[in-house]
Amino acid sequence: MNTAILFAVITLSAIGLLSAVILYFIAQKFKVIEDPRIDQVAELLPGANCGGCGFAGCRNFAENIVKNESLENMFCPVGGNDVLKQIGPVIGQVAEEKEPTIAVLRCNGSFANAPSKSKYDGAKSCYFMNSLYPGDNACPYGCLGAGDCVVSCQFDAMYIDEVTGLPVIIEEKCVSCGACVKACPRKIIELRKKGKKSRRIYVSCVNKEKGAISRKNCIVSCIGCGKCVKECKFDAITMENNLAYIDFNKCTLCRKCVAVCPQGSIIELNFPERKVETTNETVKEN
Amino acid sequence: MKTFSLGGVHPKENKLSCDQKIKIIGLPKTATISLTQCLGAAPEPLVNKGDKVKVGQLIAKGNAFISANIHASVSGTISKVEDAIDASGFRRKSVVIDVEGDEWLETIDRTATINNDVSLSREEIIAKIKEAGVVGMGGATFPTHVKLSIPEGKKAKYLIINGVECEPYLTSDHRIMLERGEELLIGVKILMKAIGVDTAYIGIERNKQDAIDHLSKLAEKCLGIKIIPLKVKYPQGGEKQLIKAAVGREVPSGKLPIEVGCVVQNVGTAIAVYEAVQKNKPLIDRVVTVTGHSVKTPCNLHARIGTPISMLIDEAGGLPENTGKVINGGPMMGKALNSLDVTVVKGMSGLVIMPEKESKRPTVANCIRCAKCTFACPMGLAPYQISLLVESGNVERAEEERVMDCMECGSCAFTCPSARPLLDNLRVAKNKVGLLIRSRAK
Repeated sequence: MNTAILFAVITLSAIGLLSAVILYFIAQKFKVIEDPRIDQVAELLPGANCGGCGFAGCRNFAENIVKNESLENMFCPVGGNDVLKQIGPVIGQVAEEKEPTIAVLRCNGSFANAPSKSKYDGAKSCYFMNSLYPGDNACPYGCLGAGDCVVSCQFDAMYIDEVTGLPVIIEEKCVSCGACVKACPRKIIELRKKGKKSRRIYVSCVNKEKGAISRKNCIVSCIGCGKCVKECKFDAITMENNLAYIDFNKCTLCRKCVAVCPQGSIIELNFPERKVETTNETVKEN
Repeated sequence: MKTFSLGGVHPKENKLSCDQKIKIIGLPKTATISLTQCLGAAPEPLVNKGDKVKVGQLIAKGNAFISANIHASVSGTISKVEDAIDASGFRRKSVVIDVEGDEWLETIDRTATINNDVSLSREEIIAKIKEAGVVGMGGATFPTHVKLSIPEGKKAKYLIINGVECEPYLTSDHRIMLERGEELLIGVKILMKAIGVDTAYIGIERNKQDAIDHLSKLAEKCLGIKIIPLKVKYPQGGEKQLIKAAVGREVPSGKLPIEVGCVVQNVGTAIAVYEAVQKNKPLIDRVVTVTGHSVKTPCNLHARIGTPISMLIDEAGGLPENTGKVINGGPMMGKALNSLDVTVVKGMSGLVIMPEKESKRPTVANCIRCAKCTFACPMGLAPYQISLLVESGNVERAEEERVMDCMECGSCAFTCPSARPLLDNLRVAKNKVGLLIRSRAK
């Protein structure tokens, strides 16, 4: 009885020892040498794996930074400048400061502004609706409101407002990863400069139809009248295909275009309330 | 009784207007002729604002390989050449004509005499069909002259005429077969000559017994034309299903019917071919069924292309109260219109008006993997699986599941007990896979 136990213990120990030796040499032979800096960089990254940087997850981003030993064109929208500043010393580079951006919805075709003319009851998907018809408000450029952008957002930074039928971007949560920009079949959402104190001015319309047609469907559509272009002293506004576009790199946030827009399609965000006189003055100047 | 073997469903037939004779409706005040009426490239307009046109005059020429000419369907002055809402709801290029009188081109033979003599050569027939802008009248609007030009190395053996009309509600093809049987058979003869075959089958479902009897009697005198009664089953009007039902051949996945020596044409197309070749009349009008349970008088109307559909609905007793949907085409494959400003196009086989109660979709529940959709699919696909794949964004797998074979017949969504939007998702999948294939080709 005792010898049987002893025999088993000895054989098993011998097999274990032999395997350990074999495994040790194999491990030495096939050892993967990884740059320890990759782990360091990956640890600094937020770990959201959102793909906003253009790479397959945070780890892949870190691998590419270390491989190229450069921070050129590398930006993590979630971590922002702070994270990049910390990554800089790890690979011996200085991170370029980038202006933070944020997703902006360039459509104001709410139920009130662009009344529905038909009622859709098919599959809830903007992608599908876009291939099918112009939308319930008959604007072939406007928001369809089925929320493909909301589904794509990994940061819970979007929701559909039930009163307006339009998606809302929660400023505090948006990290500007660009997932919604890709998800929107009508290319309505744009990443724009966040601006000082989150102040932004943009044309909230992407309709390229002539004014007479677009106005029939939506009372706040850009009609391409060109008043804002004339008003802007900084050449920030361009007019193409009956649609005004404000270049956020040139815009100085003077708000003059907002005052002259007859359609109210130019939107100002997070500005203090205007004084009544200033508005009158700008109108008189015209 | 012959039918196709795989899948299929049997929706309630609801052929409300099958006893109503085709009625010719009057001219509209203005006709808006859309330039995107055929599959393929839109033709280029040849007219300008202020031009006077006669009925049958060419107003847009299809220059691309897959494109069809468009002719003026009314006479008068062109008031606009601009974008107008078409059946898809989007604004597309259109020609608007203010109607003045009804002056036809002299070359068009407007007499009622039936011209029995098919003397033209094969090339002349195809050239005439191309000139007349004939497209598939079943709804797909594929240019007929392209379909008749058989690619080199292939040979057609059978011509199959589609008189199935498997869509519920629609009766326009049924009435054409009953009222214009003789012309139809001459059209079939012309088509047979154009593709060089000596056998033609006309497939008709058994719910149109009067049409089967009528055409069988007429076809006794015509050599090579045979009527095939088919079991009532949807979607028998699908090209591949009809070939399987009529001659028992199966078109391989991703291939065209010519691969098995068949060419399929609709009865409406055969009539259009007859008129184009024997009477020099381009395709400027068609039969549209206006029907629905709430419609006062469901009817079959012979209308010019470009007539506003509101005129057709008025002819059928006006738009009923509580209308939920007006569907362009049949209830299975048709698309609900989102505006009543659209006009009749070459591919509009019917307008089905549904009350709100009937038209509403039931609430969507979860998939219970009952596989009813898989049994119903006439192409042997697994719609529930493709639908789930596309919902999760796995387009490559959807392609492997042969989603491009789907012909969007809607049998899957029809049988689904959970009312899942299967067809919608399949269309998304086809769209995305199409993009993928095109990006690969680049």
